[in-house]
Amino acid sequence: MSSGRREFLKLGAAAAASTALCPYPVFARGAAPKVVVIGGGFAGASCARALRTIDPAIAVTLVEPNPTFTACPFSNNVVAGLRELSAQQFTYEHVAAAGITLAGTSATAVDAAARSVTLADGARLPYDRLVMAPGIDIRWGALPGYDEAASASMPHAWRAGEQTLRLRRQLEAMPDGGVVVISAPANPFRCPPGPYERASLIAHFLKTRKPRSKLIVLDAKDVFSKQRLFQQAWAELYPGLLEWVPVSRGGAVTAVDPTTRTFVTDFGRHKADVANVIPPQKAGRIAEVAGVADRSGWCPIDPVTFESRLEPRIHVIGDAAIAGAMPKSAFAANSQAKTCAVVVARLLTGAAPSDPKLINTCYSLIAPDYGISVAGVYEPSGGQLAEVKGAGGVSPAGAPRETRAAEAVLAEAWFRTITAEVFG
Amino acid sequence: MGRLLVAAIGVASIAATASAEPPAGAVSCSGCHATSARVTTPVPRLLGVDQAAIVKAMQEFRSGQRPGTVMDRIAKGFTDDEIRAIAAWYAGQR
Repeated sequence: MSSGRREFLKLGAAAAASTALCPYPVFARGAAPKVVVIGGGFAGASCARALRTIDPAIAVTLVEPNPTFTACPFSNNVVAGLRELSAQQFTYEHVAAAGITLAGTSATAVDAAARSVTLADGARLPYDRLVMAPGIDIRWGALPGYDEAASASMPHAWRAGEQTLRLRRQLEAMPDGGVVVISAPANPFRCPPGPYERASLIAHFLKTRKPRSKLIVLDAKDVFSKQRLFQQAWAELYPGLLEWVPVSRGGAVTAVDPTTRTFVTDFGRHKADVANVIPPQKAGRIAEVAGVADRSGWCPIDPVTFESRLEPRIHVIGDAAIAGAMPKSAFAANSQAKTCAVVVARLLTGAAPSDPKLINTCYSLIAPDYGISVAGVYEPSGGQLAEVKGAGGVSPAGAPRETRAAEAVLAEAWFRTITAEVFG
Repeated sequence: MGRLLVAAIGVASIAATASAEPPAGAVSCSGCHATSARVTTPVPRLLGVDQAAIVKAMQEFRSGQRPGTVMDRIAKGFTDDEIRAIAAWYAGQR
């Protein structure tokens, strides 16, 4: 990605020179183009870095209130006691060193007409292009009984950090013979295979540490990502321990009671010793404030430019975006981010965008040495990002354990690689 | 990213090594194929790799001649032209 266009670099150098001679910020034609990126996760931080690498003439500001990023991929290993939370945490030191201005506070408003972002401290950041990567927010109250206070006794652990540790501590404190219940939401939500990886690794924890216990997954769906592979592995590794209840057999949770850790379904009640509610979600709140989220709570985008279908010059990437067939994964977010950076750099020079092609690869662990994957290739088609037919798919069914072990190794290598690219 | 950043620091060095902007699909590869020399991974690096070697590997993954874990599934999503363009771009990266 160490490329740039000569014409643009000349323009940028001239602009830099003129700025140096002028005591006031220059926003006139020829000034260094300004891109503001909201959100410092896999999507936002990737995009900010890619923009700087593609074209160092672009002035990039990253708006992110947290000094530390806590990654969700591999956080299920933390829940299951297989990994420490510190292995999930990254600072923005190298992001700043790449020449990106960090605004260490949150964005409170976006004025699409005036092309400016307002920060919590009142400052305003003007932009030529805005990239929004706000991730997800929980839809508090969408599941009756599940508000923010309820997440203390029934953690979601779907935004990594304190919630992850809370769920882990509750599992550690549970007596052998206890009942763990996980509820999985309807689509769409962050990390489609995530609930099932979590169930697998919690089952691994119970099998090795508290073998008389039981795990129930109450699902609002009948089908899920990598389903056949998960179910085959569950039968092999965790028979009698892990029970998955699909919506057609009463898996849909209609309410929860946080005081008794009870899940209510149309078919009955499940009282849990440890309760993990993976709740309904929506795009991070600033998306709604900026007017780029639609009634679904997510953000419709153009599949070529990632530009919002609701507001011009605002691009939305990562989990918050409605990216057609692309799942809400860290890999997809990173792929979209870099692709979006190429498009934004082009648009800033007045060049026309060209059709992108994107990739997703998601690994899931069913045990520490048992990995599976799903991959896909995507391109714009019919106004959406559609899967390229004949490509992609999941790991082969019935593969030998060496293949599963190899994919577990590749999963960890992926995490090291992508976090090095984004935060290293 | 280290080497990329070194290349990205001076405008002069970029102008000297400038290649075309990444072709469709190219930027996605670095999700798994490390650009940093410091990352420990069994996945081969692509920066500076001979174009013909990348093309051959992709075509063999696509046809099933070469066994893969995910690359067999991913390669099927790319045409010969796309593969050649991506391979040429990586070959030109330092």
